[in-house]
Amino acid sequence: MTDPVDVLIVGAGASGAAVAWSLAETRMRIVCLEQGDWMNPTEYPSAGRDWEARAFSDMSISPNRRKRETDYPVNDANSPISVANFNAVGGSTILYAGHFPRFHPSDFRVRTLDGVADDWPIDYRTLEPYYAENDRMMGVSGLAGDPAYPPKASVMPPVPLGRAGTAIAKGFNELGWHWWPSDTAIATETYDGRDKCINLGACSSGCAQGAKASTDITYWPHAVRAGVEVRTRCRVREITTNGNGMASGVVYFDRDGVERFQPAEVVIVACNGVGTPRLLLNSTSGRFPDGIANTSGLVGKNLMFHPYASIQGIFDEPLDGYRGPGVCIWSQEFYETDPSRGFVRGYTYEINRGRGPVATALTGMFSGRIPFGEGHHEAYRQLFSRIAGMVGICEDLPEEHNTVTLDPELTDGHGIPAPKIDYTLSENSRRMLDHAVARATEVLTAAGAKDVITEAPIGVGGWHLMGTARMGTDPERSVVNDWGRSHDVKNLFIVDGSIFVTSAGVNPTRTIQALALYIADSMKKRLADLFD
Amino acid sequence: MPATIATDNPFTADEQRTLLALVGAVIPASAEFGTPGADDPAIAADILATARPYHAAVASALSQIESTAATRYDAAYTDLDAATRATIASDLSRSRFAGVGTLVTITAQCYYRDDRVMRSLGMVPRSPYPDGFEVPRGDWSLLEPVRQRGRIYKEV
Repeated sequence: MTDPVDVLIVGAGASGAAVAWSLAETRMRIVCLEQGDWMNPTEYPSAGRDWEARAFSDMSISPNRRKRETDYPVNDANSPISVANFNAVGGSTILYAGHFPRFHPSDFRVRTLDGVADDWPIDYRTLEPYYAENDRMMGVSGLAGDPAYPPKASVMPPVPLGRAGTAIAKGFNELGWHWWPSDTAIATETYDGRDKCINLGACSSGCAQGAKASTDITYWPHAVRAGVEVRTRCRVREITTNGNGMASGVVYFDRDGVERFQPAEVVIVACNGVGTPRLLLNSTSGRFPDGIANTSGLVGKNLMFHPYASIQGIFDEPLDGYRGPGVCIWSQEFYETDPSRGFVRGYTYEINRGRGPVATALTGMFSGRIPFGEGHHEAYRQLFSRIAGMVGICEDLPEEHNTVTLDPELTDGHGIPAPKIDYTLSENSRRMLDHAVARATEVLTAAGAKDVITEAPIGVGGWHLMGTARMGTDPERSVVNDWGRSHDVKNLFIVDGSIFVTSAGVNPTRTIQALALYIADSMKKRLADLFD
Repeated sequence: MPATIATDNPFTADEQRTLLALVGAVIPASAEFGTPGADDPAIAADILATARPYHAAVASALSQIESTAATRYDAAYTDLDAATRATIASDLSRSRFAGVGTLVTITAQCYYRDDRVMRSLGMVPRSPYPDGFEVPRGDWSLLEPVRQRGRIYKEV
């Protein structure tokens, strides 16, 4: 047994980093257990000639393809969308694109507005100061004044529009539809010890420049300097409880594979919408035979991805190709519900700048636009640096039959049961995807595209993992309360995307982190009676 | 077509011959663009090295290719002309035979990082980092019609 700590955080990703930094000012003894390593940015793919190939191997978004020692397998055979993640200090922010929208006020009130799912127990105004604090910590670039949002400040100027952004923006203007420079977690100026973006173009394989805000280079250096201890290569097997039904600590495997017990006064889970229910379900006891914090039976249920539609245009003129951050502008023309569209809620278009030479070849060869053999080179040159388009990020509504459970056979390297995903695309999502494909095709055509390549849903696109330990005020209908504390176990908190009530139609990381800061602040305000 | 390539790999000599015949048919050399084929010795060696961790899938694909050649043409794949070899590869790729997809992916990865190929595309053969690239900032006055339209979010 190791020395007891005041706060034990499981997971050093987007939310674990934020909650650790915020709680550090309490001077409590805080330890974070992370199954991955500290990453070395000089070893990221963009520092090598094989930068595109590594996205298919050791830096793949799929843990099942990547198969690092620090990964755990995911059985997602029964899902049209496979899970994407990364296990390291920084978590999936190591590989995310840095597209960084906030939720909207309407996203917290979908039951009231549209009669579906549930309202959140908190609202946009509650999170607003934490969004702003997180923006400062992560370093957000953008342009103030977006008419799709309540007023919000920008920390740094937006990423460049470029040739691709210009062409597609003109397409939106032609149709009279909304677009705006994306808020990005990418430094466009030197910021907080990070260098500015130099358009490496490989954001989704880790940023060697350090311009992209992964939490290993944003929150964690501050948290560690403030006294938080991060233990890497420590994989938590279960959360233990004492006779009073309180969490007593965790059992984990250290970097040498030795099983250890870490006692703690408070346990905070920050393992994402798949890792968190996996850990909770694996933490059984006489008092919690179906997993800790699971009296409601909702742990692992209501899994939400964002079904993604990919719509890429082929243009006559050269655009940005492999240069520049993949993200540049967004459109929220179809964000709020319009009953005439045949579905409720809506989606965001995230405009993609282009792709590298290998991705161009694969796109062309597998879509039949580049022939095998004779004619390959001429056809390739019709695509190279001439592909640009967008993805539609569709709001996924919670459904209890979409689940994370424990696989009865598959285990990780320590013998811990792997998560099993059972997920069905809803009719609402299907209609939304179809709408996103059709409208984006109109945009790209108006922008001058001569051909359009589509995929919906993107099969490998399970980047966003939400809803599997939802928050709420009713213990029978939620897992944690309105400030992240388990209804069942009063010293157990959850701060990641699993507590989302609904998914909104935007990338979730900015909201995950704002929620983590809000929960940390709620804890600090209640330190004297935290467990009452 | 080169007779031999790297020997430090798990592929048999027959598998190597089939693989060379395949990748050279998929991406042939081009006099017009001054580019080598994917069966160029340096590129082929890169393909074989990269394919090592995927040996089982790739070997299965090569076996399927030989089998298809035998069924359709009663000939070894390596004895077929380039156009026929490309057609077989394309057909198997379209049928989503997993190993063929893996092999085509690896071929593209290795081919399009070759110095000669990158230069032919107007690229400087280097890694993105540390020099990065230039991207035009753009003209933000394009936003004027969006500003004029005004607020579109729903207040609650």
